[in-house]
Amino acid sequence: MTMNENNEKELQVTALKNGTVIDHIPSEYLFKVVFLLQLERVNNQITIGNNLNSKLMGSKGIIKVSDRYFSEEELSRIALIAPSAKINIIKDFEVIEKKVLSLPDSFSGIVKCPNPKCITNNEPMKNRFEVISKNPIVLKCPYCEKEIQQENIQLL
Amino acid sequence: MSSKSIVSITDYSKDQILNILDSASTFEAKPNQTILNGKIAATLFFEPSTRTRLSFETAVNRLGGRVIGFSDASTSSSVKGETLNDTIKMVSNYADIIIMRHHLEGAARYASEVSSVPIINAGDGSNQHPSQTMLDLYSIRKTQGKLDGIKIAMVGDLKYGRTVHSLLIALSNFSPSFYFIAPDELRMPEEYKLFCKSKGITYKELTEFDTNVINEVDILYMTRVQKERFTDIMEYEKVKNVYTLRNAMLDHSKENLRVLHPLPRVNEIDMDVDFNPKAYYFKQAQNGLYVRQAMICNALGLI
Repeated sequence: MTMNENNEKELQVTALKNGTVIDHIPSEYLFKVVFLLQLERVNNQITIGNNLNSKLMGSKGIIKVSDRYFSEEELSRIALIAPSAKINIIKDFEVIEKKVLSLPDSFSGIVKCPNPKCITNNEPMKNRFEVISKNPIVLKCPYCEKEIQQENIQLL
Repeated sequence: MSSKSIVSITDYSKDQILNILDSASTFEAKPNQTILNGKIAATLFFEPSTRTRLSFETAVNRLGGRVIGFSDASTSSSVKGETLNDTIKMVSNYADIIIMRHHLEGAARYASEVSSVPIINAGDGSNQHPSQTMLDLYSIRKTQGKLDGIKIAMVGDLKYGRTVHSLLIALSNFSPSFYFIAPDELRMPEEYKLFCKSKGITYKELTEFDTNVINEVDILYMTRVQKERFTDIMEYEKVKNVYTLRNAMLDHSKENLRVLHPLPRVNEIDMDVDFNPKAYYFKQAQNGLYVRQAMICNALGLI
């Protein structure tokens, strides 16, 4: 094992007594995940790593948050942009649960309908989306009835 | 039957579509009735459309109902900045049913969620216009004696034309075969072709509009090619007369062929076609009255 691989392994397994590790985030989405979870507003200890070597994905990002566990609703937001991310729940330095992200069948907020003539972008109202395909992600706005492909998803 | 809003043709199953068409035939047989006595319909036209509004208002009046409303948003509170939510909540206190047209897509769906009375969508931007689709289906069934297995050519603006998209989706319940005839700039969008493939519906895409196709089909559905849809005006000048139907082009068409058009027509159908018994577009518009009578009564749970 080279020095680098040793270091990376160390980084992934050390230092979190209790909390959540979000691993295998595509590097380009790391800061979007930080934003979606509103981590800039929490006072817990947070370690963020990006552009780490990954056998699986080439390059990845990782977020560790101490003493914090996320709700299913919060995690489903991540599924929208980084469905491959893995969630590890840590207690007393042990991984006690691994969660696979999955999109709900429908949700409100988080993203914006890309159609400027859609009522949801012109009326003070709560929007809503139906998930019509999970891989690749395809959403549908039930108001203007337009389908939204993964590459056109705009976060609110 | 309970009352419910009519927002999009995509909400309707084959049986529900056929039910509405069946009641429309009973209204065609007897258009003046008293079934809406004591009922008030509000026609809220945030975007003007004289033809559609008059058809809906006639439908209500011929069934004994009364109409309130506005035909231009500049005479409503929306110019003062009132939200759609507030306008709908206010009007649903007064009327038994709301018939609305709005320039924003999804406006009718949203209205149906905040209204205490049924909403009928009379057009929401380029999204849906279910009464147009119903009257197209009604006209096809009436002239062909059936809806199943119809060969239909859609001609003109297939990219932006919401009537052809909704008609395609509604007809997908009835094993049609399609010919999509349009200039390159206005071709049928990919999502509708994928939809046809997923349903096992055959279609042919053509840029030539000629008698080869006309002689094959049962229905010729013409639409307007609008100048403002073209990024390149030279392109428009090239194609504007290519998609025009002339009377002589119908000489060897099938006996049962009928020409439909959602109207208003500009120059895509020559005036001389009007006298051909195969021209059906004015009768098609008249059918709109019976279909709208059926839709209003269906939404109110009266049939």
